[in-house]
Amino acid sequence: MLPFTYFRPRTLDEAIEALRAGGESTKLLAGGTTLYDMMKIGVEAPAAVVDIHLLRELDHLEVRAGELVIGAGARMSAVSAHPEVRRLFPAVSESLWRSASQQLRNMATIGGNLMQRTRCAYFRGGVPYPCNKRDPGTGCAARDGVDGGMAVLGTSDDCIATYPGDLAVALVAFDAVVDVLGPDGARSLPVAQLRPLPGDTPHVEHVLRPGEVITQVRLPITAVAAKSAYLKIRPRESYAFAFASAAVGLVLAGSPAEAAVIECRIALGGVSTVPWRAAAAEQWLIGRPLTEDAARTAGEIAMRGAEPGRANAFKVELGVHTVAQSLLSLSRSES
Amino acid sequence: MVVPTTFTVNDTHQQLDLDPRESLLDVLRERLRITGPKKGCDQGHCGACTVHLDGQRVLSCLTPAVQVEGRHVTTIEGISGPGGGLHPLQEAFIENDALQCGYCTPGQIMSGIACIAEGNAGTDDDIREYMSGNVCRCGAYPGIVAAIRQCAHRTEAS
Repeated sequence: MLPFTYFRPRTLDEAIEALRAGGESTKLLAGGTTLYDMMKIGVEAPAAVVDIHLLRELDHLEVRAGELVIGAGARMSAVSAHPEVRRLFPAVSESLWRSASQQLRNMATIGGNLMQRTRCAYFRGGVPYPCNKRDPGTGCAARDGVDGGMAVLGTSDDCIATYPGDLAVALVAFDAVVDVLGPDGARSLPVAQLRPLPGDTPHVEHVLRPGEVITQVRLPITAVAAKSAYLKIRPRESYAFAFASAAVGLVLAGSPAEAAVIECRIALGGVSTVPWRAAAAEQWLIGRPLTEDAARTAGEIAMRGAEPGRANAFKVELGVHTVAQSLLSLSRSES
Repeated sequence: MVVPTTFTVNDTHQQLDLDPRESLLDVLRERLRITGPKKGCDQGHCGACTVHLDGQRVLSCLTPAVQVEGRHVTTIEGISGPGGGLHPLQEAFIENDALQCGYCTPGQIMSGIACIAEGNAGTDDDIREYMSGNVCRCGAYPGIVAAIRQCAHRTEAS
């Protein structure tokens, strides 16, 4: 690991000033589970680190004015176990406790989780593997490499790296917004817009401006979010990244025998380069009874446009089933 | 760069000049000669380096040591009772044959103590889920689950 300057600001304003003054080679450190890990393997080599892990201004969690507000510095374990999160947003709670391990969840923050970088082995592998995300213009080793874990949705010629997180999938499904603070003041943007598709600039992984810090996540409290779930399919039962995952929410009306979908939310993880909201599948389901056939069709619509490589074609069918199963389980638990 | 850092390990005060690159694991093992926390993967995958930070289990290999300023670190060396006897979970590991080579054991026990304290040891499924961050190369998992279950029930009963 290359030497770096360490700074522990006492306030958020000090942190933003340090980020602004330091420029691109200055990075924020919170829980350390992504940045410090990547510094250890040489993929990140910041000249300076601004440690915000103890900033009190960032560790709040509260319900107010029709919203759940989660501070960017709140720990994954605390948010997952919070009674209001479990009651109002089961899918968010589940997406958190199905991520990583309890030790990592005690360390990792909500803001850091949203900024988590891909686990693509070629990105993490460093030299000799070319990677457009790590070293722009060098090529993509995953394209001709071991691509079983790579994305099938939202890919480009230059990058097929899977977005690894779970939380953002649930946040995207339920229209979460992030508040950011920077040298030019405060602004808000939907979590769905935080990460651009890789296109021909896969090294651009977020739309935050220099010096901006995520301060909190806000989730509108809705009936559909309270009836939600997160299904994660992975190579082992626990402590693994998703092959496919789905955050779904469902409101049904009518008699149990022929209840129709009034509202629904579907977002996918593990199969795409960014958290993937399946709006067309949601639209298609509205007004229909949630039969097994309908759930499967919704899954097929959600996976429409998938472009598998050589070893990851299984993710297309797995994605369809993950959506279908999550919807059907949710409808059964509701009725 | 040197960062003066003050913290406690197992209730003993420590004051060290740290390079911000140093992990808590390396500081414990190489500087303080507290070798209970083990270096397995050094990448946050295996759990062998698990310690408690202000009572919560964390991975010392992914904790920059400068981050423990003003905080309390507990390792396997710090869990025995006042008389120096074994912790009830250590006893349960012996009774249930929950180890072979023993390399992962300090991490398993630190994680297990926290798992019980968090209330995540109510069922075998919960124990497996909330202990999944601790890998055992010898495959002593049935014994580990049994030891934690037994200790959790005894804790509840007492």
